Amino acid sequence: MILDLGIIFGRVAFAIMFMLNASAILGWVERKQSAIMQDRIGANRASIYGFRLIGLFHPIADALKLLTKEDFMPARADRLLFQLAPFLSVFFGLVAFAAIPFGDVLVIGDRVIPLQAVTLNVGILYLFAMLSLGVYGVMMAGWSSANNFALLGAQRAAALMISSEIAIGASIMGVVMVYGSLNLQDIVRGQGTPLFPQWLGGWVPAWGILTQPLAFILFLTAGIAATKRVPFDMPEGESEIIGYFVEYSGMKSGMFMMSDFLETVVIAGMTVSLFLAGWQVPYLAPDGFHFPWGAAVLLPQWLVAVLQVTAFVVKVSVMIFVMMLVRWTLPRFRYDQAMRLGWLGLFPLSILNIVLTGIALLLLGGWAP
Amino acid sequence: MRLGQRFYLIEVVQGIVLTSGHFFRNMGKHLAHAFGRKDARGAVTIQYPEERRPYSPRLRTLHRLVRREDGSPRCVACMMCETVCPARCIYIVATEHPNPEIEKMPERFDIDLGKCVFCGYCVEACPEDAIRMDTGILEFSSFSRRGMIYTKEALLALEPAGKDGRPT
Repeated sequence: MILDLGIIFGRVAFAIMFMLNASAILGWVERKQSAIMQDRIGANRASIYGFRLIGLFHPIADALKLLTKEDFMPARADRLLFQLAPFLSVFFGLVAFAAIPFGDVLVIGDRVIPLQAVTLNVGILYLFAMLSLGVYGVMMAGWSSANNFALLGAQRAAALMISSEIAIGASIMGVVMVYGSLNLQDIVRGQGTPLFPQWLGGWVPAWGILTQPLAFILFLTAGIAATKRVPFDMPEGESEIIGYFVEYSGMKSGMFMMSDFLETVVIAGMTVSLFLAGWQVPYLAPDGFHFPWGAAVLLPQWLVAVLQVTAFVVKVSVMIFVMMLVRWTLPRFRYDQAMRLGWLGLFPLSILNIVLTGIALLLLGGWAP
Repeated sequence: MRLGQRFYLIEVVQGIVLTSGHFFRNMGKHLAHAFGRKDARGAVTIQYPEERRPYSPRLRTLHRLVRREDGSPRCVACMMCETVCPARCIYIVATEHPNPEIEKMPERFDIDLGKCVFCGYCVEACPEDAIRMDTGILEFSSFSRRGMIYTKEALLALEPAGKDGRPT
């Protein structure tokens, strides 16, 4: 009983620690990556006893600075909602990751531990719901600040969220149709099966990016829009309206920044789970490597689990790298351009993707991973 | 917009190819630097207080008063620099020089560097080549306005910059 509780606690702790540490490190990654992309060096001055450690102390210094700043509240603000908003934003960002599997199963003795914080049959719907709920924190912040610019930012965030969430949901449907499940763990398992074994002979695993290339692009675009970061940062729009968090100071402002990073990690995790085969290592079965040319390397189960978790973390890191690359490459879309892209670009294309997937599945006689 | 541009995707990919090219090239140089190749530089940044770019020999930096052999100022308090100064930051009080062959010397020679615009007219105007702006000192600051006023003694104590343009 105690052991079961401990195992559950450990699974949840892994997901939470992964998210919190990732969001802290992302601040550093963002600074350093943008600097290297722009031929600069980036923040490297924070030091402890002369050790700079390529600027890794900057997140700590930032957090300390934000925690010691004045926590200001406008006189006419709605006190309860104003306080609640940043916590809601961070909360939904954190809990969203619970449904993403970071490994298959870990067998210790006769216990089979699923490597996922919460095993949900409808993991995708849960993720989708948590992502959508994240915008409530933003809208609360904008409304309760009693500031017109904040309200404008919140309105933009709501409009952007609706137009991107629809595209996210519709593009996910193609993946759900192909793998025949709403359970993320099942979808990831399905991506380990060979793609067209009758023609390709088991050389190519059926990763989502191969079975659903259009949905991948649509999901990634809409996902970047859902994180409210450049090129879809009209809710912040630093040069025109400062954004929904204009009245926030200190760590509460930092929490909004953190929730952006959390959403980045969630979107990266979703992309990896849905399109890049999550924790799958190519040719790695539960008992070791089975290569298509016949060779096999048998591995102990714990090593397989470690490899899977490592593969998941590496894939998420690569996805975050790609999203940062996009963020530091593109300029911001104008508000109407983003709306047009969402409603006239992503949404019809994702519906088209569903139709095409349906036709393909019909012609191929169904996909049976 | 051309049709290709209307789809964004091609342009986005082109942009990402450009920026990621920069990223990987610079990252490679940074790694080479970390593993011993000290001539590889992944960034154009000059880490300012530790590293400085070479200064031009013509750069106008903090003034100094040139000394005679005996250590007294070469300045003869002719007031040319005070007159020509557009910022009116020089204040001179003249006095007799102990040597009867030299007519005058400054008793006070104050430059208010808070006002100085570093135009160099004082150097050009000086008939005795007694004031120069070649110390190479660019960073001077003070917590008070009074601290920005450099007196005769302070200006006399300054040395010209070395061959590399750095303060000596």
